[in-house]
Amino acid sequence: MKFLCIDCDRQMEFEERAVPGDGTFAAAFRCPACGRRVAMLANPMETQLVGSLGVRIGGRTLDEEPLELVRSSVQGRDDAFREDPPPGARSTGRPRWSAAAEERLARVPGFVRGMVRKIYNDYALERDIAELTPEIMDRARAELGLEGM
Amino acid sequence: MGSVKFRTYHQVEGADASRLAEQVAAQRRRVEERLGAIGRVIAIMSGKGGVGKSYVTAAIALGLADRLPGGVGVLDADLKGPTVARLLDASGPVRLDQDGVHPARGRSGVKVFSMDLLLEDGQPLRWNDPGHERFVWRGVLETGALREFLADVVWGSLDLLLVDLPPGADRLEDLAELVPNLAGALAVTIPSEESRRSVGRAMRSTLRADVKLLGVIENMSGYACAECGRTGPLYPGDAGSALAETFGVPVLARIPFHSASFPPAELTTLSDAVAAVFP
Repeated sequence: MKFLCIDCDRQMEFEERAVPGDGTFAAAFRCPACGRRVAMLANPMETQLVGSLGVRIGGRTLDEEPLELVRSSVQGRDDAFREDPPPGARSTGRPRWSAAAEERLARVPGFVRGMVRKIYNDYALERDIAELTPEIMDRARAELGLEGM
Repeated sequence: MGSVKFRTYHQVEGADASRLAEQVAAQRRRVEERLGAIGRVIAIMSGKGGVGKSYVTAAIALGLADRLPGGVGVLDADLKGPTVARLLDASGPVRLDQDGVHPARGRSGVKVFSMDLLLEDGQPLRWNDPGHERFVWRGVLETGALREFLADVVWGSLDLLLVDLPPGADRLEDLAELVPNLAGALAVTIPSEESRRSVGRAMRSTLRADVKLLGVIENMSGYACAECGRTGPLYPGDAGSALAETFGVPVLARIPFHSASFPPAELTTLSDAVAAVFP
């Protein structure tokens, strides 16, 4: 899918996305020539269809997690996975989780919770964020396009 | 076009802003890399449900596990009716680390991965979804799950990976796209005329997908009496031979229905026959 600025005859560039949490998805594109912006608004069915492909509108910024699609899409058992901690460096360099962030994470089904925690940890580590809070989680969700996480 | 003049998709040079094609290509590369150490991937298919396809798959895996030193794996692609893990006594939880998800180990060390390992006991497969228009995306999601089972499961080095497909031909075509060097497919039928017709359709689809048919296995080919050991008729028909003749492939084995449990007494005959048609 390409967005074309008809006036400038230039392909628009991806700018940012938003995941409002109601099953829909929004992405903003900008014309590099005139600066005009348009928003692509996807309904829940369209959002689900794109998500089912395992791709991210606007591109990926983090590597795909193992069984990412299955874990984020299936209502599976809480104890399906025995997760080994990542090697040493990561365990010492992990960001703190505020109590509110932990509480929010606890609402994520156990089947996918480990993956969600890792994604937020990686997001924080890459940006030198020392503590994960609900506000940081919201920002990560939007930037990474994490519908339902 | 109308009064507004603009270029079309192919006329606008360069990738789309999301680089979706690159993302899909990366997914395919992951499958290719993961399967790089696997000698051959063979699909077990049938156009008809209830023919004992998973039973046959598990029996082949078990029979060959002892003679293939590099190991045997079974990927259960029947997402909605997964049974092969139970037949092979493979259970979770499965280990997850940075390499991916490690398959469970079943009888004779067979590596197994199945949706059955991920679901609550006895619960059906349920997707998180917006609650409507499921028909639009469900097939895409199922193909995505198959892709992840291939790419994200740490299969390691294996002589043989068997893929137990759900009834019908759709998933075989998906598999053929994901695994371009698929070594072939084994068709499972029961003797009945209905089975001959529906398995025949699936076998035609297999050929259309450019997948080699390796042979036919006729399951429930009579009833083996547990008391006297004699085998009597169970279903009328001769679908195994008819399909073999139509498609020019051998009947690899005929397995009678056993009231006793898995594995069947014909385990050696079955695995000998399958090993003989390995590409």
